[in-house]
Amino acid sequence: MEVALMQRRLEDYTKSLFMEGLLDAQFLQLQQLQDDSNPEFVREVVSLFFEDSQKLLNDLTSALDQQIVDFRKVDSYVHQLKGSSSSIGAQRVKNTCIVFRTFCEEQNAEGCVRCLQQVKQEYYLVKTRLETLYRLEQQVVAAGGSIPAVEFNSF
Amino acid sequence: MNLGGSFDGSSSSSCSSRLNSKSEHGGDSRPHILAVDDNLLDRKLIEKLLLNSSCKVTTAENGLRALELLGLRDDQPNCSATGSKVNMIITDYCMPGMTGYELLKKIKGSSILKEVPVVIMSSENVPTRINKCLEEGAQMFILKPLKQSDVKKLRCLIY
Repeated sequence: MEVALMQRRLEDYTKSLFMEGLLDAQFLQLQQLQDDSNPEFVREVVSLFFEDSQKLLNDLTSALDQQIVDFRKVDSYVHQLKGSSSSIGAQRVKNTCIVFRTFCEEQNAEGCVRCLQQVKQEYYLVKTRLETLYRLEQQVVAAGGSIPAVEFNSF
Repeated sequence: MNLGGSFDGSSSSSCSSRLNSKSEHGGDSRPHILAVDDNLLDRKLIEKLLLNSSCKVTTAENGLRALELLGLRDDQPNCSATGSKVNMIITDYCMPGMTGYELLKKIKGSSILKEVPVVIMSSENVPTRINKCLEEGAQMFILKPLKQSDVKKLRCLIY
C-alpha cells in the first residue's frame, strides 16, 4: 500500500479515537512531547499505563470480592486509575472512574461492582485501539513515511 | 543566572549566596527541579515536560525520598547535598504516607530551603486545599494532568 494511503488511514484512525471520546487532548500533549531524543516516548508512557491499569484492575477485583469491602482501599485504587488515565488522555476510562468514586463514597458495593465492569470494558477498548494505532504507525514508518501530526481543532 | 535564593526579593542567607555563585560558575546553568509523585506514569510525564523546557530533573516517588535528596531527612543542614542546588520543588498533593502539603511544610520549615519555590499539583480542584497550600507558602497550585503551558508558567517562577 502506498505510504500516503497508509498515512491517511492512520490519520483517520487517530481522529476516530478522539471523535468517539476514547482519547482527549491530553493524548496530543504526549505526542507533542515525543521528539528525536525520545522517539518512543508515547509508546513507553502508554505501556506504563497498561501495566499500571492491569494491576489496579486486578487489585480492584480482589478488593470488591471481599466479604467486607474496604471502600477506602477501593477508592484509593480508583483514584490512582483515574490519575493515570487522565495523564495519558484515556477520557472514557477517566470518566468512568469519576462515577466509580461516587459509589465508593456512598459505600455502594453493587454500584462499585457495576462500575468495575464498565471500567474494565472501557480500559480493554482503549487498550485495543491504542495497540492498533501503534501498529498502523509502525507500518507507516516501515514504509518510509512519517507520522502526520494531528491538530485538535481539525475535529 | 539562579534566582532561587532571592526569589521573593528578601536578602539571601549565606548558604543561598553560595548556591547562586555555584550555579553561575558551574558548567550547567539549567534550573534543577525536584519532582515528587507516587505515580510512575506521572513522574515520567513531568520529567519529559521539564526536560523539554531545558531543565535538569530529579524525581522522587514519595515525600521521605524527597527529603532525603534535599538533605532534610535527619534534620541536618547540608548545603552541599543535591538539595541545595534545587531551584524548585514540584510535588503531587495526594501521596500515601507524607502528603505534598506535609512535604511543603517541612521545606518551608527549613532554614536552608524555605526560599525554594514549591509548586503543588493535584488532580482535584478543591478550593480549601488550594488555599491551605498557598497559605503555607506554595508558590503555585497546578491542576493535573500537566501540560506544556503549565510548565511554561513554572519556568517563570524561576527566572
